Amino acid sequence: MPSFLVPALLLIFGCQLAGEVMARGAGLPVPGPVLGLVFLLLAITLSERLRDMVRPVAQGILVHLSLLFVPAGVGVVAHLGLFAAQGAVLALALVVSTVAAIVVGALTFTVVARWTGNRDE
Amino acid sequence: MSDFRLWSYLASGPLLWLWVTLLAYWIGDALFRASGRRPWANPVLIAVALIAVGLQATGTRYETYFDGAQFVHFLLGPATVCLALPLQANLARVRRAALPVAAALLAGSVTAIVTALGVASLLGAGPDTLAALAPKSATAPVAIGIAEGLGGDPTLTAVLVLLTGMIGAVVVTPLLNALGFTDWRARGLAIGVAAHGIGTARAFQVHETAGAFASLGMGLNAVLTALIAPMILRLF
Repeated sequence: MPSFLVPALLLIFGCQLAGEVMARGAGLPVPGPVLGLVFLLLAITLSERLRDMVRPVAQGILVHLSLLFVPAGVGVVAHLGLFAAQGAVLALALVVSTVAAIVVGALTFTVVARWTGNRDE
Repeated sequence: MSDFRLWSYLASGPLLWLWVTLLAYWIGDALFRASGRRPWANPVLIAVALIAVGLQATGTRYETYFDGAQFVHFLLGPATVCLALPLQANLARVRRAALPVAAALLAGSVTAIVTALGVASLLGAGPDTLAALAPKSATAPVAIGIAEGLGGDPTLTAVLVLLTGMIGAVVVTPLLNALGFTDWRARGLAIGVAAHGIGTARAFQVHETAGAFASLGMGLNAVLTALIAPMILRLF
């Protein structure tokens, strides 16, 4: 086991723990891990040492991010009745919403960038 | 030990289902690579389908499966925290494009939630379905957390999140080409906000700048969706 593994996990789980404590303690609507993300962002922005320590472990977790969706995704077996009854409604809602969000997002970025004279690099 | 006793021992413990989860994902990922990384050959969808068929065939309940798979599921929380790294790597670039990024994030995120809830509620979806649908454009670990908070079923949200990502990854390039968008920052941010990690993975295949802005859009929308999805859901 590489020597940075334990301190890196301490930092990652510590940020999540702090996020959970703050989210539940203050009754915030944001999930604990999202606050943990903000805490880790602050930590690695302030300290380059922490960033270098946590990077290999974080990359290792993020490379296989999609694996982590599998257990919850298998939950579809518990909803086969719902999909049989409302599959068409859900499919239409997802397609309309995803296409609309992509177009509106790209259009808004382009228009505002043109307004403010903003270019890349 | 008879074959039956061995099976019931393994099927009721966590080890078998943990191993099956890894195996199914490994097969899904191999097929995804073999297809030339086509978005429709999504490794998660393949893994979910394989496991679902396996559970039906062996008459295993989802709760029994999840006892083993929860060790993988647990990592969603730490993985969300780790999204801070790609976000931080693009921070300087983002600061230069702060205004267009903020405007597109807000517009894309609100559009995703409002249109999904609007279409579904017009077509008669119930409140539980709407609660599971509201956070579907956010990255899965966050969407699952939000849905739990809203009283939606997290497993339904997980499936809706996956489908959203796949739809986004399939349509984004032909759609934005047809509409004549050429700014890779705009294209990347839009797909990251609308279709999270699966859309972001697609953006990285097309253009590196698009990929960087997609991971940014995904990270920011995880936070924004957590804040606005509960408010928008109340309107429906």
